Amino acid sequence: MLSRRTAISGGTLAGLAAILAKPAFTEDLMLPRQKIELVAPPFVHPHEQATTQGPKIMEFRLVTEEKEIVIDDDGTKFRSMNFNGSIPGPMMVVHEGDYVELTLVNPATNTMPHNIDFHAATGALGGGDLTLISPGEQVVLRFKATRTGVFVYHCIPGGPMIPWHIASGMSGVMMVLPRDGLKDGAGRSLHYDRVYDIGENDFYVPRDKNGKFKSYASHAEAFFDTLDAMRRLVPTHVVFNGRVGALTGENAMKAKVGETILIVHSQADRDSRVHLIGGHGDYVWETGKFSNPPEINLETWFIRAGSAAAALYTFLEPGIYPYVNHRMIEAVELGATAHFKVEGPWNDDLMVQVKAPAPIQTVETVGATKVH
Amino acid sequence: MPRTWNTRLEFGAIPAAAAVMASLMLLSPRPVAPGEPLPDLVELAPGSFQYRLGGDFTRGGRPATAPIVAAITHAFAVMRHQVTVGEYRRCVDAGACRRGDEASAADVPMVKISWWDAAGYAAWLSRSTGMSFRLPSDEEWVYVAGSRFRDSERPRGIDSRDPGKRALDRYEQETAIRNETDPEPRPVGHFGANEHGLLDVAGNVWEWTDSCFARGIIDADGEPSTTTVDCGVRVVEGRHRTYLTDFIRDARAGGCTAGLPPSNLGFRLVLDDDWRGRLRAFADRVKRALTDRTI
Repeated sequence: MLSRRTAISGGTLAGLAAILAKPAFTEDLMLPRQKIELVAPPFVHPHEQATTQGPKIMEFRLVTEEKEIVIDDDGTKFRSMNFNGSIPGPMMVVHEGDYVELTLVNPATNTMPHNIDFHAATGALGGGDLTLISPGEQVVLRFKATRTGVFVYHCIPGGPMIPWHIASGMSGVMMVLPRDGLKDGAGRSLHYDRVYDIGENDFYVPRDKNGKFKSYASHAEAFFDTLDAMRRLVPTHVVFNGRVGALTGENAMKAKVGETILIVHSQADRDSRVHLIGGHGDYVWETGKFSNPPEINLETWFIRAGSAAAALYTFLEPGIYPYVNHRMIEAVELGATAHFKVEGPWNDDLMVQVKAPAPIQTVETVGATKVH
Repeated sequence: MPRTWNTRLEFGAIPAAAAVMASLMLLSPRPVAPGEPLPDLVELAPGSFQYRLGGDFTRGGRPATAPIVAAITHAFAVMRHQVTVGEYRRCVDAGACRRGDEASAADVPMVKISWWDAAGYAAWLSRSTGMSFRLPSDEEWVYVAGSRFRDSERPRGIDSRDPGKRALDRYEQETAIRNETDPEPRPVGHFGANEHGLLDVAGNVWEWTDSCFARGIIDADGEPSTTTVDCGVRVVEGRHRTYLTDFIRDARAGGCTAGLPPSNLGFRLVLDDDWRGRLRAFADRVKRALTDRTI
């Protein structure tokens, strides 16, 4: 195998150019291949946490989609764009040193060019420069996963198309795990029983002169009004997994007392501050990069726009845990709330209601009034 | 069989002569004559029934299942359907009600209504009809709902000290209820009639009642008593019974509110069965009959 260093030291400039331009690298990379079937968030495809295998070429396929979706219980329609039909796009998990080989597809039914920028990748706009495809085309990109952590990926087609495509739902997360798995600050191994991928999106739905949300016959017709709404920087919706309430009710995320979950939270466009009501972050990689020691016992962690965080937590009590953007206005009014349903035995030592609600005790307190 | 208010009046107990005289008086043109037609009402005969008390109860300091008591109601009439957008709009046009979310068709229930909005509408309708409309008590609501009332109280036994299990139980119940129907308000009658002829009871619009949130205790003999009453929070009825702050118009989930709230908040009013009501309704019938003839 030819490395870049041997090419530079042993060859002429012409030789180097020939090597860099040569598509022969594929044949040189004699590594095993693994094809991954992606699943829609909040779930994540099966994967090893620590691995004893050597580096592989990990094959993924993402299909871009332009689609009108409903984003709240009021039936508000929104001209979304996404990867593989879900917002966020599916999480891709690899290990450090693996090669990611992505087939990006832009079906002929779409109307716009799309591409992809992997924050985990190095060079060429994270791959954006090499993946811009028109409707009816596909492209294959390969990059080496050299840094561990959770990284955002998103569409980056140029100009105002960039924020529009991102704010329409075209983002997701890649997780690059250390080959020997996650570690705490002292180098001890950490393990999770379940992983949940939560993508947060800010949506900007244009309103008519009466303040009602508008809908459009096509993406093109939605563009100018939507861009105008975006430029005001006040989202109409802030949601987890594509719509208000997507991760509540029957779709609430499940866990058991004693189970450890890894929550990966991404926001491609805007800051967030996530909080598990009634719980904590036992180990939190707030900036999402596993080479840094995780912070411990966090209450709220900050997500920088264009980044993802990973938080490990072991549930200690059963019940319903709302998982929110702790800018509660956004959690309650704009939609940034998910729920965990946690089964198991209650531990009185951690919490107990000592006395049930009752009138304030004073010396004058008299007996209760009969209802019937 | 329950009959409508108007049907009953046709054969009513009021002496016909007096009624005709009274109706002629009411028909005479007066500048301050109440102008609002009576809503379609269903009369409920007095009755007794088993009523699950609203509010939260404790027994021996632990959460307890709210008890069921024997309840008796007097005769009253209730709106056959929830107050519609069209009806509410007349109150708005009269300058007596807040302009709400009225973009939808006239024959769908008016939603995004607070208890205060409902009380305001009741005051306006009473003024404009010369009769006393009001929100039903929770007890009355349960009575008129008949078989549509859904007892959402969960038995609280040995697990009552486990806040986790309680939260999960409630969550699952409310999720199931909310998933039964989509939240888009439907035209009057979409959810059908109950055995009293009331339309859309426990459809996808929950209804305000006049009852306040109360906390109570159950003593050793099983006797319930009230300990605190909070009238800033009213009982809301529909597919499940819930309690909401009176100025809320849109019960939203999210944040600490782990449960799933009513899809829509609306209301219907009741009218006490008194002589003024009967007289006025009779007069309306006469007026309608005369008008029909002239056309």
